[in-house]
Amino acid sequence: MKGMTIIVKTISSWVKVLIFLFGIYIIIFGHLTPGGGFAGGVILASSYVLLMLAFGRDFAEENLSLPLASKLDCVGALLFAAIALFGLFFGAASFFWNFIHQQYQLGEPLSLFSAGTIPLSNIAIGIKVGASLFLVVLTLSTFKPDTSGEKKE
Amino acid sequence: MLYALCFLLFMIGLYCAVVKKNMVKIVIGIMVMEYAVNLFLIMLGFRFDEAGKAGVAPIIDKLDAGARQVFTNTSVDPLPQALVLTAIVISLGSLALMISICITNKEAKRMSISVPLPVFVAVPLVMAFLLAIFGNKGRTAATILANLATIALLIMALCSLGQTRMYLMGKWTIPLGINLVLDGLSSLMLLAISVVSAASMLFSAGYMEQYTAKPKYFTLFLLMVAGMNGVVLSGDMFNLFVFLEIASLASYALVGFGCEHEELEASFKYMVLGSIASMFVLFGVALMYANTGSLNMAYISAAIQSSGLNAGLAFALGLFITGFGLKAALVPFHAWLPDAHPSAPAPISAMLSGVLIKALGVYAIARVLFNIFGVSIQVGWILVAMGLLSMTAGAFLAIGQWDLKRLLAYSSISQIGYVVLGIGLGGLILAQKRNPAWASLAILGGLFHLVNHAVYKSLLFLNSGSIEMATGTRQLKQMGGLAEKMPVTRATCTIASASIVGIPPFSGFWSKLILVIAAVQAGFYWIGALIVFVSLCTLIMYLKVHRYAFLGELPENLEQTEENEGSMLAAMVFLACLCILMGLLLLPSLRQTLLEPAVKVLTDGIAYSANIINIQ
Repeated sequence: MKGMTIIVKTISSWVKVLIFLFGIYIIIFGHLTPGGGFAGGVILASSYVLLMLAFGRDFAEENLSLPLASKLDCVGALLFAAIALFGLFFGAASFFWNFIHQQYQLGEPLSLFSAGTIPLSNIAIGIKVGASLFLVVLTLSTFKPDTSGEKKE
Repeated sequence: MLYALCFLLFMIGLYCAVVKKNMVKIVIGIMVMEYAVNLFLIMLGFRFDEAGKAGVAPIIDKLDAGARQVFTNTSVDPLPQALVLTAIVISLGSLALMISICITNKEAKRMSISVPLPVFVAVPLVMAFLLAIFGNKGRTAATILANLATIALLIMALCSLGQTRMYLMGKWTIPLGINLVLDGLSSLMLLAISVVSAASMLFSAGYMEQYTAKPKYFTLFLLMVAGMNGVVLSGDMFNLFVFLEIASLASYALVGFGCEHEELEASFKYMVLGSIASMFVLFGVALMYANTGSLNMAYISAAIQSSGLNAGLAFALGLFITGFGLKAALVPFHAWLPDAHPSAPAPISAMLSGVLIKALGVYAIARVLFNIFGVSIQVGWILVAMGLLSMTAGAFLAIGQWDLKRLLAYSSISQIGYVVLGIGLGGLILAQKRNPAWASLAILGGLFHLVNHAVYKSLLFLNSGSIEMATGTRQLKQMGGLAEKMPVTRATCTIASASIVGIPPFSGFWSKLILVIAAVQAGFYWIGALIVFVSLCTLIMYLKVHRYAFLGELPENLEQTEENEGSMLAAMVFLACLCILMGLLLLPSLRQTLLEPAVKVLTDGIAYSANIINIQ
């Protein structure tokens, strides 16, 4: 199975960039508009899933290999935990303390740090969700009986 | 002379460390003790030989005379020096740790150290994702890091014993934000979880060498620990559900870790029943939210107290009993346990039987029934009935088993029955408004049995893993005569069996005794008799284990069996020592810091909500 017809392939190779960009937009504007890390991460993953559907599994795996995706998954989670832990050392010294902005300011458009740690957490969650959702779909598409200790989210 | 000096210093140090109240004096005392030991080590290298000449070390005794002459004239024995150097490094490290603790303590102006509560969840979680990055190359590093994490958790759990605190995540106040609550019951569970996970992790270091993907195993293990710590610390229902799912998902994957046909089947069965339980719990949480407008345990409880129990809440109560009962494998809901627990790798079986069913099942049931809804007579009877049923049915089913781990799994059902019986009996007495002293005695028995069972059942599962690794079989009929081949496993297994059966000096005896006394005092003579009878059944099944595994004829194919080494033995001996010493928990001073606060949380019942809202 080497993917679908040429029409699907061409269109999806245009659309995937837009979907990816849209995912990034949703993540970065997470503190201002509806959406955020999780929704944006799902959109990021869906651009890869589209690639996988149109061009076949091998092509998608060439673009984002399995070990890399699983590393990204862990890095996202670690980043999120690190942001939460940093809250212990700054300001009011509380877990998840918004240490960049001491008062809970409202976010402003076009200013990434206007809501303190929230956009940063959104980015971390976006990486984590995007990578792990891609992994989930990839695992579902591989039907190997020998997957030692498969990762669950 | 020097020996006497050494001994004197040691005793002075010990005196200071034990008697003094001031933390700085305790640290100085421990330092003096350490240096006494160092001095002793140096003296070991300085011994007089037959001719009265000094400087012959014990190590060099084995050399022949000529070599010895050369050796003693030109060099000193290196071993004591190396030992002393190591000891100095270690003592400096521990000294630094203790001084830092003293300083933080002075700042906090309290005797006990207050660890930020989210750390209990964050440490295993961060470590889990860190280890997942390692891949298969960093096996050794991953093993060391994972062990460090569990030991750090154990130390932190010890440090936060006997405290009652609430932690607001990100300083959001509670009806809005998420809170973590540490009270007597939580800290008792936290301690049980960290003891068992530290021992299992130590055991895994050796045992998991036979599997591939060791870092992945550690990741899942630590995720499970994070989930359990979260469940016992969480102060709101929804987070309790989330952490319960984290721990359950990790345990589903761990049960199927071997990826053999049987293991995957057991894992699937466990996953189906576990997911049903989770959905029950989630549905219950949703109903609670719909009827009280809050997810925070304290606020739900306050709402229930003011408006009473309506039909929706009563239904939620039923859902919680079923859902958490499934997680705890109480008898009508126990079908998954005898498959799931034996299929997992041995240290995971120890974790599952030792603490998972208690943290996710018994703890959650007790918290929801006692602190949120408040016990009623019907609920008390339901708990007592489920406890009695699990106790007897588990014991009867266990006697017939020939697979060692399966036998242990059925025995877990029986033992969890004791725990639920104790807690249920306490609740029943409270609801009937009879003497509260009887109620607290019954609950004390239940909780004490919970901690004891965590220790000895995990030890028994580790023993079974040790036997399985050495002989390659779990069938009792294929074993025999292992007593000589595996002395340490045999000794620790005997201690654990004696404990679980309830032979006097060991820990299990005391908790069963308390349960029987409580039942008799409250007038439930038949329950007391049943407890003793099930103990007898337990005796039969563990005699069977000993007869077939350790005594009798050694089969020919097991002639080459050897005892396992290193970390596996250390883990088993650690737990065996605990089994012997746990009876001491009933001493008044220890009981007041560990068990009584936990009992008080449950006997206080719905006063919990007022307590929590007042802390804020």
